[in-house]
Amino acid sequence: MRDAFLKKITELAAIDKDVVLLTADLGFGVFENFESKFPGQYFNVGVAEQNMTGLAAGLALEGKKVITYSIGNFPTLRCLEQIRNDGCYHDLNITIVASGGGFSYGSLGMSHHATEDIAILRALPAMSVVAPGTVWEAGEATEALIKSNSVGYLRLDKTVADENSMQLFSLGGSIKYREGKDVTLLTTGGILRDAVQASELLQEQGIDAGVISMHSVKPIDKSAIATAANETGGIVTIEEHNLDGGLGSAVAEVCMDNCIAPKIFLRIGLNNRYSSVVGSQDYLKAHYEMDASTIVKRVLELF
Amino acid sequence: MTNFEDIEQLALKIRKYAVNMTSTGGSSHVGSILSIADLLAVLYGSVMNYKANEPNWHGRDRFILSKGHAGAGVYAALAESGFFSVDKLKTHCKDGSDLSGHVSHKGIPGVEFSTGSLGHGLPVATGMALAAKINKDKHLVYVLMSDGECDEGSNWEAALFASHHKLDNLVIIIDRNKLQSIQSTEETLGLEPFVDKWQAFSWNVIDIDGHDLAQLIKACDSKVDGKPLCIIANTIKGKGVSFMENQVLWHYRSPQGEELEAAMKELDNA
Repeated sequence: MRDAFLKKITELAAIDKDVVLLTADLGFGVFENFESKFPGQYFNVGVAEQNMTGLAAGLALEGKKVITYSIGNFPTLRCLEQIRNDGCYHDLNITIVASGGGFSYGSLGMSHHATEDIAILRALPAMSVVAPGTVWEAGEATEALIKSNSVGYLRLDKTVADENSMQLFSLGGSIKYREGKDVTLLTTGGILRDAVQASELLQEQGIDAGVISMHSVKPIDKSAIATAANETGGIVTIEEHNLDGGLGSAVAEVCMDNCIAPKIFLRIGLNNRYSSVVGSQDYLKAHYEMDASTIVKRVLELF
Repeated sequence: MTNFEDIEQLALKIRKYAVNMTSTGGSSHVGSILSIADLLAVLYGSVMNYKANEPNWHGRDRFILSKGHAGAGVYAALAESGFFSVDKLKTHCKDGSDLSGHVSHKGIPGVEFSTGSLGHGLPVATGMALAAKINKDKHLVYVLMSDGECDEGSNWEAALFASHHKLDNLVIIIDRNKLQSIQSTEETLGLEPFVDKWQAFSWNVIDIDGHDLAQLIKACDSKVDGKPLCIIANTIKGKGVSFMENQVLWHYRSPQGEELEAAMKELDNA
């Protein structure tokens, strides 16, 4: 996903000199080409995320389209108030990019696990929150957010689903990867891969499970949720993120606000805890019960 | 030629507005506003380039009040400088007003940036100064900060960045009144040696009397190529109303009744 992001910003920076990339001293071996190609459009601001976000606001006030980059929780939680007051309240064009959603940096420990970011940023007005599920979605999301003229959060994942789509990407939209009448798996981020695997395993068990990538958690595709609830057997949300306030909560809000009552509703995600166990992303997904086999098990329990 | 009398008059008007606005609005921070009245008068009355009838004129100097709690002073300076009607000042802190206690840009011509949480102004101004360098623009970016807000680490992140990138189009004025929310700055979290700190961050530092208009104007014109400018303006919190001077109480208290009358009488006789 990071490569797709990098490719897209390189394309955009070449045709628009107002595209400026700030990194808080992360991206070793990643941004050298961008830096040499576009002097004046790249700054390593040092290990200083609050200043990075303030700088982004100042640059954006002067017409720049600014990307702030770091990993895990650093470009979001560390400087949340700068995002809220300086970025969102001033309606600025800032795209906040975190490489390493969920357990991407699984072995690095709790500080590097981004498992509340979606919920926290989703609470901010004038904010878009996007967690792509495929490499293609990551590239499309990058372009859409930079062109959106508002503050956006792009959560890049190390895991990706190897899926293709003929559908168009739009902020606030979603991408359907599997049709299914018995239940619809709604996911956000690279855990789409596990949802697709689960769908295939469920097929063998006689359960026809659709899969939709809800890449945009805010704004969210209400019609896709309504269709999944009304025209399939129900909804299961899957996210590599804490259950409080994440995708599952957002989907539940849409259902309740619109008096939509899916016959099945289940949220799969991290159940209100911090991980003190380390391991690969796949290990931690299994450990915290959100991998493909757990999804299959939980879905089968519904039937 | 600088007309010092006009600047003095502007500073006096800002002081009177500060007392009246915090009285009718029932709001805090009159001492913080009185502290910077002379600084605002020098900036809006002499130093900064702007067009009141064209607030977004690209060639304007940018100004951010980082100590947003003194917003009433900026509103008064803007109204007196022609950005909007002085009548609007009467709505300060009233129900439904957009003139909030902490400075806000929404609906207020001339306010470049909204603040209120401390430690935000300098990083944003640094970004604006960086943009001006990238765009080869000639305007300057001014930030008025409090000394107490130098407790915030974000300022020092920006201080490192501004000198590293040689942002000599960035000017900060620190309102060094030595009083913060509960006690003095030195009792709270010592800032001294303050000049040395900014110099150690490779800034061009000038230490002046913040109520001396000539010194202020001269300091603003003391730029050194390749270095951001830090003007440490030594001030008196509550300046101009004797019973408010150097009293931390007036960080919070809204002047009412006899205190309001006494304050206005003193300013009327100034």
